[in-house]
Amino acid sequence: MLAKINLYLKSFLFLELLKGLSVTGRYFFRRKFTIQYPEQKTPISPRFRGLHALRRYANGEERCIACKLCEAVCPALAITIESEQREDGSRRTTRYDIDLFKCIYCGFCEEACPVDSIVETNVFEYHFENRGENIMTKEKLLEIGDRYEAQLAADKAADAPYR
Amino acid sequence: MSDNIKVTINGQEIETQPGRLLIDVADENDIVIPRFCYHKRLSVAASCRMCLVEVERAPKPMPACATQCMDGMVVQTRSQKAIAAQKATMEFLLINHPLDCPICDQGGECELQDVAMGFGDGVSRYTEQKRVVMDKNIGPLIATDFTRCIHCTRCVRFGDEIAGMPELGATGRGEHMEIGTYIEKSIVSELSGNVIDICPVGALTARPSRYTARPWELTRHAGVSAHDCVGSNTWVHTRHNDVIRVVPRENESINESWISDRDRFSYTAIKSEQRLTQPLMRENGDLKPVDWETALNAAAAKLNEAGGSVATLVSPQATLEEHYLAQKLTRALGSSNIDHRLTQVDFSAQQNAPVMPWLGRSLASLETLDAALIVAGSLRYQQPMLSHRLRKAVLKNNAAISSIGHVAGQYNFDMHSELAGSASRVIHDLASIASALAGVSGKALSPRLAKVTADCEVSDQHRAIASSLAKAANVAIIVGTDALPNPQLALLQELCEAIAVAAEATLGYLSVSANSAGACLAGALPHRAAAGVAVDAPGENAGEILSARHKVLLTFAANPLLDAPEAGSLADNNDSIIAISSFDNDFIRRQADLVLPLAAVVESSGSYVNVEGLWQSFNGCVHSRGESRQGWKILAALGQVLCPDEFTYSDSLAVRNELKTLCSDVELHNLCGIQSKAGGLPQADGKIEKVGCSPIYACDDMTRLSAPLQKTPLMQLQSAVIMNRQMAEDAKLLGCDQVQVTQDKGTAVLPLHIDEGVPAGCAWVPSGVDAVRDLSAAYGKIKLEKVS
Repeated sequence: MLAKINLYLKSFLFLELLKGLSVTGRYFFRRKFTIQYPEQKTPISPRFRGLHALRRYANGEERCIACKLCEAVCPALAITIESEQREDGSRRTTRYDIDLFKCIYCGFCEEACPVDSIVETNVFEYHFENRGENIMTKEKLLEIGDRYEAQLAADKAADAPYR
Repeated sequence: MSDNIKVTINGQEIETQPGRLLIDVADENDIVIPRFCYHKRLSVAASCRMCLVEVERAPKPMPACATQCMDGMVVQTRSQKAIAAQKATMEFLLINHPLDCPICDQGGECELQDVAMGFGDGVSRYTEQKRVVMDKNIGPLIATDFTRCIHCTRCVRFGDEIAGMPELGATGRGEHMEIGTYIEKSIVSELSGNVIDICPVGALTARPSRYTARPWELTRHAGVSAHDCVGSNTWVHTRHNDVIRVVPRENESINESWISDRDRFSYTAIKSEQRLTQPLMRENGDLKPVDWETALNAAAAKLNEAGGSVATLVSPQATLEEHYLAQKLTRALGSSNIDHRLTQVDFSAQQNAPVMPWLGRSLASLETLDAALIVAGSLRYQQPMLSHRLRKAVLKNNAAISSIGHVAGQYNFDMHSELAGSASRVIHDLASIASALAGVSGKALSPRLAKVTADCEVSDQHRAIASSLAKAANVAIIVGTDALPNPQLALLQELCEAIAVAAEATLGYLSVSANSAGACLAGALPHRAAAGVAVDAPGENAGEILSARHKVLLTFAANPLLDAPEAGSLADNNDSIIAISSFDNDFIRRQADLVLPLAAVVESSGSYVNVEGLWQSFNGCVHSRGESRQGWKILAALGQVLCPDEFTYSDSLAVRNELKTLCSDVELHNLCGIQSKAGGLPQADGKIEKVGCSPIYACDDMTRLSAPLQKTPLMQLQSAVIMNRQMAEDAKLLGCDQVQVTQDKGTAVLPLHIDEGVPAGCAWVPSGVDAVRDLSAAYGKIKLEKVS
């Protein structure tokens, strides 16, 4: 008998509706976690593996010494390096190509690099409009490195205690 | 054997001979002992201490490289004591060794890297400052990085023991020890490149290929060196269809573990800008690129129209297959005018000449000689690995090696006796030795030779050489390639045969370039077809081909302007010239009417016959550059157009097999009873006589175009007029830098060097280099003037 009255009151007073609405209401006033991409973006880990870059030292000298360890470790064979002796006698690349269609963004190149030259930036928004643009040349990679150097240095510093 | 002993290494009982080194026995049984200073072909230094092992009942760990096996010895290479010793040594070695393997050119093939991984500790405890040593410039072939040196002294011992030129040495002790050339200079040895291979770290690396590739990227292909008759075995290392470097392939019976610098660095020429990469045809005086079909059809049409008035000059560097097809093609056109003997002048005894020039014995057996006579050869510069064998004979057997040649003082071992002089002087010396030997051995000369040699003077030196040859049991007479341009070659050969018979010696002829022995077998001769079968109507020999008129002259890989002594203007003599060549040169630019681009040596498959008569085949290592094609393909294609049925080959192996069948019963003799037409000994020719052959790095187009080899001090030195001081003073040339050489109508201007090895009455003038293109024969009268 009591159960029947309970049911009657519940349906008469829209209790369940109010319960549902209270959830809506609670979330309505809570802090939002939907972000308005592309105006808003999620935070990115310093270890994020996005578009590649070649870094330079503070004096402007490119870091890469053409040791070819990244080329050797790359599981997708996406990296092609050619090297020779530069006029000052140092070992440098004459060609450093990454084929972004082949790359699987595993980050092994970054791990293998003894001089922190090849790195993966946190840039993940890029596209190609023409055939051949998927090949990142040395010039392009260095330019990306120059553009994001501050961020890259900060990321490396943030990750350093865990290495 | 009864005197065998037993040693136990790591519990494994091994039977061996007493006195053998522990490290050798371990190596044979696949027991790994780390080492740096030990090298199986060098003396034991025991300086690196890396091979320390525990020997039972020995108070301290013993170096395996300096410990001889004794009966009942029990050795542990991986016991606690041994491992501790190895780890400690490794730590000491790494104290001063930089840890920047990624920029080191040795990275990936470094013995220190490997041993550190296998036997070292993972962590470095050393935080103090490391030693730094300034790099030294030791020439265009070897790059140095002496901070990396671990003082194993392999390079020093190589210089002393193998190259015979102690150019590198260690100065200072302990931390201050440095390897260097004492005073800054370039390394001169013709075998210097081998220190790159034996250096266990990255202190000595190859300069031409520096920083271009990593060892794990390289594919290796078995090759055979193309510059001398030894046929050294090589590995050609390639990457992405590009030859990166050439290193020795071990072959105990030919080149042991070494190769000469010429074999190692000549590959640099195939990337030179002077490579021909497409067919060219002359139109209105200029060479214009055409496609292969046009070029082949034009060549076939020219050859077809010539109606037998065809002559072919083949480089002795061409492969066996190319020689065979070239002679088959020429003979199919109804002509026997084919020759590869570009440097030869005297062809009078060609009918009796051996089927092919060969050593008469194996290369390895040279080490066992008791005495030898080198006639007209500068083996050190022409066949470096052969000279190395003779050096071993001197060091091991105390062999009495004598030489009759044009320049003295070249060898890096003690000579019994050395005679030097002009081309005619060599004949006189040989005659004197032959008659002295007739007296010593009691075997009289043939009446003809006795008459010819009647008025020669026999000096004490001649008698000493004769008695050294007569006394010894194991004797070789070796006729070098400087003999070929001798205008009295037939008499020279006749005298050498007489000496060989009287001394009971083997007579050996060294073949020019890589494959003149193969050329003779293949029939690239006017008087003999394949397998040495005599031809009814002999054609023109090289000398005649160069001077006679033809409708078509076909040159294969040859550059007559530089390879042949008296080429003159071939374009005036021939209606058209078809040149098949890998490289662009003056001959092609000025004289050729049709140029077919040829694959270079490492790009082509084929075979070479070395001076022992060994057939060595190889495959192409990289694709031929541009539109160039392999020689056998070009010749077979031409043949197919001209005589369709006879030139159907699927690969070079088919050509080789065809020739191999023909040559199945060729017997090699060097004592052929050569009789010259000479009635007496030749007279000296003029006040100053030219002596000279091509310098070490000018023997073919490939070496001429190799930039690093051209920069070597050895090549610089040999690209000059060389005289002794007295001669230079008499000719009033002392102190002047440049000298003008006049021979017949040609002149050349060259720098002057003073060297006491050049005999009186002679001046050494190189051949085969651009500067002397206008000069003629290798020997003869010249005039020298100061350049004002």
